[in-house]
Amino acid sequence: MKILVTVKRVPDPETTIRVKPDGSGIVTDNIKYVINPFDEIAIEEALRIKEKQGQGEVVLVSIGAKVASEQLRTGLAMGADRAILVLCDQELDSLGVARILAKIVEKEAPDLVLMGKQAIDDDANQAGQMLAALLNWPQATFASKVEFMDNYVQVVREVDGGLETVRFPLPGIITTDLRLNEPRYASLPGIMKARKKEIREIAVAELGIDTTPLLTVHKMDPPAKKAAGKKVESVQELVHLLHTEAKVI
Amino acid sequence: MITARSHFFTEEHEMFRAQVRNFVSREITPYIDQWEQEGLFPKSLYRRMGELGFLGIRYPEKYGGSGGDIWMTIAFCEELCRCRALGLPMSVLVHTDMSSTHIARYGTEEQRQQYLVPMIKGEKVCAIAVSEPAAGSDVAGIQTTAVRHGDTYVLNGAKIFITNSVHADVFCVAAKTDKDKGHRGISLFIVERDTPGFRLAKKLQKLGNHSSDTGELVFEEVRIPRHNLIGEEGKGFYYIMANFQDERLIAASLAVGAAQQALEDTLRYTRERRAFGKRLFDHQTVAHRLADMATELEAARQLTYYAADVLQRGGDCSTEVSMAKLFAAEVANRIAYHCLQLHGGYGYIQEFPIERFFRDIRLSPIGGGTSEIMREIIAKRGLDRE
Repeated sequence: MKILVTVKRVPDPETTIRVKPDGSGIVTDNIKYVINPFDEIAIEEALRIKEKQGQGEVVLVSIGAKVASEQLRTGLAMGADRAILVLCDQELDSLGVARILAKIVEKEAPDLVLMGKQAIDDDANQAGQMLAALLNWPQATFASKVEFMDNYVQVVREVDGGLETVRFPLPGIITTDLRLNEPRYASLPGIMKARKKEIREIAVAELGIDTTPLLTVHKMDPPAKKAAGKKVESVQELVHLLHTEAKVI
Repeated sequence: MITARSHFFTEEHEMFRAQVRNFVSREITPYIDQWEQEGLFPKSLYRRMGELGFLGIRYPEKYGGSGGDIWMTIAFCEELCRCRALGLPMSVLVHTDMSSTHIARYGTEEQRQQYLVPMIKGEKVCAIAVSEPAAGSDVAGIQTTAVRHGDTYVLNGAKIFITNSVHADVFCVAAKTDKDKGHRGISLFIVERDTPGFRLAKKLQKLGNHSSDTGELVFEEVRIPRHNLIGEEGKGFYYIMANFQDERLIAASLAVGAAQQALEDTLRYTRERRAFGKRLFDHQTVAHRLADMATELEAARQLTYYAADVLQRGGDCSTEVSMAKLFAAEVANRIAYHCLQLHGGYGYIQEFPIERFFRDIRLSPIGGGTSEIMREIIAKRGLDRE
């Protein structure tokens, strides 16, 4: 089975994010970047599927500046076979991303596309769904379990208030939720091997598609500062305040 | 805190560093308090590290290693120290870079297959036994003997301060094969744990490094096959000396890594803790002390990197490495003193990691060659020549 996995370069969730004074974006100096954690789960799932089936190919794809090759290289070190980097300096919205991915899917013809359910930077949670629409493929979002049956794939989805089990025939799209798996570390031999693996670069212009964003970011504001908490002396006092002040019980 | 990235580290080194850091934060740090209390960490951790390639960083691929360079080892050392204890890192590095190295460098193909391969996988743990009750820095003065009888050697003697003495399956033991030849009479042998006559006399209780198992070993009429000799008879002293540069560079790098963590912890503390109506950090005396510490640490780090660069290029690096080890160990101890001081009473209790760092780092100017020996090498080999 050939699996295409999307990899987005995002700020490390452990870095402190500061918004630029003019609200036009975030301060990017001294920020560490990592693979979008949901995409890392997607890579892990793809590797597990390949290992379980004993064959197949895991192809990574990222869209962005040349530096995104760092994240692709990490994915290759985890065990993916090769990678594609769509070089694109302009800002993209989810539809632009989905359109680029649709082109890559057309070229690569994977059996399955695995994506993070959302990227932790803009939290849009749209690219997977839009890609499914553009390709007219079935999709299962927020996957917490993926199993392959004879002619279809069965996905357990995390939905509000419970779990939903869906099935679809391949090819299709799965977006991953947090509890699907725990991604592996890239081993040192894996890192050494990744050196020789291919990262093919494609200029976005070569794809001949319109990626002009329909959505533009007008302003960013940092979250409101939290007021300091209150210390209580006893459980009774806590319960009392939860009842009378917070009015939650 | 911002730390400069050195040009010595490539994207690959940084990727490895990130993986080790992640591993340490998930699989070591949450358990380190317990392991410190128990005086040992689980042996299964070696296997886990073996799977991830951490135990064969610079060993050839042919034996399961990764053929990496010194910068991989340095990144590994620095990141292991993120667990806020030095015992565990020391144990692991004794296994990877201070004991199994002799089998890798001077062992026969059979010895490498039999021992090195499982050591890189983490299935066998290795220790080095040189120090004795009456001979530490003065290696030539060891008294353990190995007498050859046909196809066997018979070992008699005692060893002390042996790291990994509880976990180790295999010990590389230094013994005199010729009592009259001083340092030229020393040879290295492989002794397996269950060899009759060989026993762990005592697990030693130490000031710090509690998660590392240190012990005293006794050899009474221990018969080992002749083919357990490592390399050539009489060359043991040179083998040990040859590995000292690596060992000391690693010691320097551990001191830098541990001091970095301690300084970061102290920075956080001084920026949160308030006294006399402002943050500790806003008291100039505190801020200036932190500035001094950061400066000294950076100097220690860069000197360590410089020594590593000289070592990596393959020249005589004994002066540079000795300088790095001397300086890093002493700087780290000064940092320990001041970090504890800035924590006040909290620095003195076990709930804060500074207390452990203060105890653990005290070994730094002693282990792997004391500061006095470092000065001796710098003076004699580096300064007193035309």
